[in-house]
Amino acid sequence: MGHGKYRIITLFLAAPLTLYGVFVLSPFAQAFYISLTSWTGFTAAQPFVGLANYRKLASDPGFWTALEHNALLLVAVPLVTIALGLFFASTLNVGASAGTVKGVRGAGPYQKLFFLPHILPAVITAVLWQFLYNPQLGPINSALDAVGLGSLKATWLGDPAVALWSLAAIMVWTGVGFYVVLFSAAMQSIPKDIYEAADLDGSSRAQAMWRITLPLLRETVQVAWIYLGIAALDAFALFEVLLPDGGPDNSTNVVAQYLYQAAFQNGEFGYASAIGVVLCLLTLLMAAATFGLSRRETIEF
Amino acid sequence: MNKPNLNTVAPLTRRSLLRTTGLLGIAAVPAVSLLSGCATGGSDASSGTSPAAAGATSAANPLGVDTSAPLEVYVFKGGYGDDYAKFDEAIYKKSFPKATITHNGIQQVQTELQPRFVAGNPPAVIDNSGASAMVLGTLVGNGQVTDLSDLLKAPSIDDPSKTVADTLLPGALTATTFDGKVMALPYVYTAYGFWYSQSLFQKNGWEWPTTWSGLVTLAGKIKAAGISPFAYGGQTAPDYFMQPLISLAVKLGGVSTVTDIDNLKAGAWQSEPMQQAAQAIAALVKNGWMMSGSAGLTHTQAQTSWVQGKAAIYPSGSWIEAEMKGITPDGFDMVLGTLPSLTAADQLPVTALYTGASEKYIVPAQSKNVRGGLEFLRIMLSQSAATHFSELTHAPTVVKGAASGQDFGSTAFGSVTKAITAAGDNTFMYLFPSWYPTMATALKTEIGNLLAGRSDAAGFLKKMQATADAVTADSSIKKYTR
Repeated sequence: MGHGKYRIITLFLAAPLTLYGVFVLSPFAQAFYISLTSWTGFTAAQPFVGLANYRKLASDPGFWTALEHNALLLVAVPLVTIALGLFFASTLNVGASAGTVKGVRGAGPYQKLFFLPHILPAVITAVLWQFLYNPQLGPINSALDAVGLGSLKATWLGDPAVALWSLAAIMVWTGVGFYVVLFSAAMQSIPKDIYEAADLDGSSRAQAMWRITLPLLRETVQVAWIYLGIAALDAFALFEVLLPDGGPDNSTNVVAQYLYQAAFQNGEFGYASAIGVVLCLLTLLMAAATFGLSRRETIEF
Repeated sequence: MNKPNLNTVAPLTRRSLLRTTGLLGIAAVPAVSLLSGCATGGSDASSGTSPAAAGATSAANPLGVDTSAPLEVYVFKGGYGDDYAKFDEAIYKKSFPKATITHNGIQQVQTELQPRFVAGNPPAVIDNSGASAMVLGTLVGNGQVTDLSDLLKAPSIDDPSKTVADTLLPGALTATTFDGKVMALPYVYTAYGFWYSQSLFQKNGWEWPTTWSGLVTLAGKIKAAGISPFAYGGQTAPDYFMQPLISLAVKLGGVSTVTDIDNLKAGAWQSEPMQQAAQAIAALVKNGWMMSGSAGLTHTQAQTSWVQGKAAIYPSGSWIEAEMKGITPDGFDMVLGTLPSLTAADQLPVTALYTGASEKYIVPAQSKNVRGGLEFLRIMLSQSAATHFSELTHAPTVVKGAASGQDFGSTAFGSVTKAITAAGDNTFMYLFPSWYPTMATALKTEIGNLLAGRSDAAGFLKKMQATADAVTADSSIKKYTR
């Protein structure tokens, strides 16, 4: 009996494990090996150079500048996206006036509207915002002019002081809808009587948010932070379409773009792989840190 | 011999790395993992006997092509399409009826052909162009492309008393010459300068000037007429302004001004002509003559504003007509304006022209049909093939005299062939961005700063000099000279 069971398990797992090994694990391993070579990308031979690429990386100012931009995104994008996501989700679910526990009127259509940006492919999003950010003809500058805020007009993607934040804003815009839905689902699983009890005790909406909703949503927020962190550490597609050369005064280059430049413009696939391995490790580190820092006892309800 | 060997990685490290990555199931290195998916473990390229050895030669077959060897042609299907190559393939088929020809029009050149190089089985002819072209310097450094000297020495198709090299325009092969050897054939000849609408100029009674002070006066008039004198696309192509800047400097100081820069000569960026040229461009910015918001536009957006008449003058190469086809209004009549002379004491005449050459055709060294690849290029360089190309695409080829005097109904093409003829041997170009990719990146950043007014002429040249010095100091970068 026991033997038969294991045979079936092995049989069923063999195919997916093989696929996983060939298409996921083996490329990772190969990327790591390539990072130890000076491969140019076109030859069969891949000269082994040990850790030379990693040493070069440590003292490469271009890499550190790119990393700095990722670090700024890593803080700003999850923070703003989660804050907005929580705000909209609570408005849609528990935002109605005191005495009842439900969302504001017309919450349903809003939820769908919020989700829309998330289903657009990154390249379409980029093209859309390219148009919105057009400093001459774009609707953003025109709108600012129309409401008398002409002084706030900017060369959104052409000014080093604002370009990175213009791109971060797109990431937030893309992300919020998904997290509204995620947080909404989590909020709906919180028993209504907790809110009713709080209401009877005279708590305000803000208090209910801080004391009830947030603590009960902690694990969902944690997951959101990790996903957004991964997005912030990647950010490639959007940035590469809008500002392929690192942006004005190199103010928006991110590590994934730097990797791309090393591989496809400079013909340094070995070096690019080293950047990729470091980026991978940083992502793992970020995920581990997020779990570690926010570990607390799960609240059962 | 460097066969990839995963066992060189310590088993523990590898396993723990894989376990953690596998557990989280995230691909933080999508680009690398994808591109390396089939990269390792490929078959080893034969590096011994060269398939490039010539067979029996004759007047009809001077390159010694194996008449029955199949020929694989890969053409980049971009602004010029790939139909023109079918004309050339038909000629090849006529000369060698026994050969099978495979035509491929592709866009992702590197994605499609990189694996063929790694496997040691590349096709005979590749038009290495487009956004995803393979880095030529890398292929040359690896010894993976054929030296074209046999082709250049061969008799030309139209006049066997002339070699193929004799039939090419001056400077046609400069960009693809590595240490004295021509490693690729750029097919399209490109003229660079300032572009404007002939009809707009005629309507306002403006003339294209021959002196820089004349251009400055003109820009003042354009501004007064309510049009931005200049525009550029700072988001993607601020370096389009580099050809005008270099043109001014070279006309003033002679061709050595630019060859010194390419050769990484100490202080070349801060030479007197470079300073004057950079100051001239910086003055345009200071006078407020750049269309506002240019820094935040892509080159396509900037060019659209230009054809819509919001800006009068735009720096570009002669591909712009094809690129803006469909958006350019009828009667816009774009023409090329050669850069004016910076001073009265300029070394080169005002007709001197920045020229480039694109659509770089290569014959991979490991191809099974190198001689056939060379013969195909010889056919492309015949008068009839070149004229056919220009008629189809409105772009001049590197072939001397082909389609000259004709404009195929295009003001742009007419002005370009006129400028090329007027320039004669006074043509020039810079090569440092293709030789040293880090300098290409730095140039985009720094000229972007100059055009947006974030740096001045001296600051721009100082930064570029520093980048050049860094390349000079880095012994791991292969150096080229011209």
